Amino acid sequence: MVDKRIVLLVEDNPDDEALTLRALKKNNILNEVIVARDGAEALEYLLGTNGKSGKIRLEQLAVVLLDLKLPKVNGLEVLRRVRADPRTKLLPIVVLTSSKEEKDLVSAYDSGANSYVQKPVEFADFVRAAGHLGLYWLVTNAPPPVTR
Amino acid sequence: MAFLGDASVKTKLILTSILSKGVALLVAGVVITSFDLMALREKLVRRMSIQADIVGANCVSALLFSDPKSAETTLAALKADPRIRAAGLYAADRRLFATYLQDPSGETSLLEDSLGETGQGHRLGNDRLVLWRSILFDQKMIGAVVIVSDLSEVGATMTRDVLVFACVLLVSLLIALAISSRLQRSISQPILDLAGVARRVTLEKDYSVRASGGSRDEIGSLVVAFNEMLEEIRQQEAELRAARDRLEQRVAERTAQLQVANKELEAFSYSVSHDLRAPLRSIEGFSRALMEDCADGLSESGRDSLQRIVGSTVKMGQLIDGLLNLSRVTRTEVRGRSVDLSSLAGEIWAELKDSERDRPVECVIAAGAIAEGDPALLRAVLQNLLGNAWKFTRKRTPARIEFGFAEESGERTYFVKDNGAGFDMSYADKLFGAFQRLHGQNEFPGIGIGLATVQRIVSRHGGRVWAIGAPDQGASVYFTLGRGGANGG
Repeated sequence: MVDKRIVLLVEDNPDDEALTLRALKKNNILNEVIVARDGAEALEYLLGTNGKSGKIRLEQLAVVLLDLKLPKVNGLEVLRRVRADPRTKLLPIVVLTSSKEEKDLVSAYDSGANSYVQKPVEFADFVRAAGHLGLYWLVTNAPPPVTR
Repeated sequence: MAFLGDASVKTKLILTSILSKGVALLVAGVVITSFDLMALREKLVRRMSIQADIVGANCVSALLFSDPKSAETTLAALKADPRIRAAGLYAADRRLFATYLQDPSGETSLLEDSLGETGQGHRLGNDRLVLWRSILFDQKMIGAVVIVSDLSEVGATMTRDVLVFACVLLVSLLIALAISSRLQRSISQPILDLAGVARRVTLEKDYSVRASGGSRDEIGSLVVAFNEMLEEIRQQEAELRAARDRLEQRVAERTAQLQVANKELEAFSYSVSHDLRAPLRSIEGFSRALMEDCADGLSESGRDSLQRIVGSTVKMGQLIDGLLNLSRVTRTEVRGRSVDLSSLAGEIWAELKDSERDRPVECVIAAGAIAEGDPALLRAVLQNLLGNAWKFTRKRTPARIEFGFAEESGERTYFVKDNGAGFDMSYADKLFGAFQRLHGQNEFPGIGIGLATVQRIVSRHGGRVWAIGAPDQGASVYFTLGRGGANGG
């Protein structure tokens, strides 16, 4: 069951992408991670375009790791649109970003984020954080029932 | 005119005019009447002396022939002149020879001692004129004639003159009053107008009104000067207003610029927070990855280099965080409420103790330090100060840290004291600058932003911060929070 569940990582910086994947691997989290490199791509994965459903099977999706600063459609906008859609309004979304500005925290939670994690500069801390995240959202957390 | 001090200009003008005219008329009247009086008397004397000469000539034979009867007949002719009250004819031996009395019943005394010593002359009394003339025959004095004349006619003339003069004075003063009260209007009206304009200017602050009055006299030039003064005031007022407007506009512009600058600063901080951290994370992360993945392939110095890279990125991360905190302190609004600094210090102390459980540090926290200010910012102040004290007492046993407060001349001063490494007072002014450090990194680690943050917070609360210390004697940092605490905008 754990193995089947997938993670959507929305991250435009290839370095951060590599580091996140490495941190997850370090914690023996071997679930599939799909990477979207901007907000538009993330929305396409989740909600699809022109009436077609998204490329991801939502019932398999455990958590979305979402950066706030993204090209095309920014993270907050992605959050809002995902929350506005009945198919994804309960989807667990963790904001994973560099900023610790109060403004970002407030607007992220305001737009419906389930959790907010600042990417630590020290990789060791990042690995620790990724471990916590993976363990919590893939194992500990009971996902919402799929609304379909 | 001092006695007219408070009277109106109108009254003053009329009185001046009437008084001056009255005095002039009075002087003229007195002089004319005096001259008149003198002329009247001279005329009387001249006439009486003619009478005396005639009587004298007619009485020569009566004297020569000692005929008093004929002398008295001659004298009786004087009856024709009603002014002559008595007349007398004297012989050469000064004996009264014949008399004439207007009123035969009395007044004989009129002629007593009336004969002068000299040959001819007259004496003017209050009510009568006594005139005498010697009577000569063949160059020899044979007698003298005396005429006593009444002066009541002169008096009556004088009374009439005075009455006429009084009437003239009264009438001319009335005419003067009428003329001057008409004329004064041309003087007092412009002055009243001027006063009215001045009052209006004072009340309405309207400097554009002008006094009218185009005459070319002194009042006209006063009006002109007044109008010029008003024009001057109006110009200055307009300039002042323009200057104030410019100032207000400048303030508005500056405020707008400041708001833009603040927005930019915010955007900048946001960008720093996001974008500066990302490459750091990459450097740090991949250095770690390199260390883990290729540890065997690296030499000792290669591993050392990587370690230094990692150390620097961590340090830079802290610097960025410190800078962001500092700018956040400047940007965030200071919310004022009652804050218990004592219990805040207690909480921070517990956190510090938790971070290094095996350090024996004595801590004294004074109870009841209630301040007015922003709870989050004041917490940051105590965190920095107690954290510094904790850090700089690392090499001291026993270490001692104290938080307390003192009241001095109505101002409350809070302090954090330690017995740690202290500092040289000659560097005291550098303590509160950003990134200023007085200790080497290997001696006491840090980024030099703590006290700068403290100073910003304290000054935003309207207070001051200063430090006292000596090398190896510990340091004391004092701060105040100003009145009300939260008035630092």
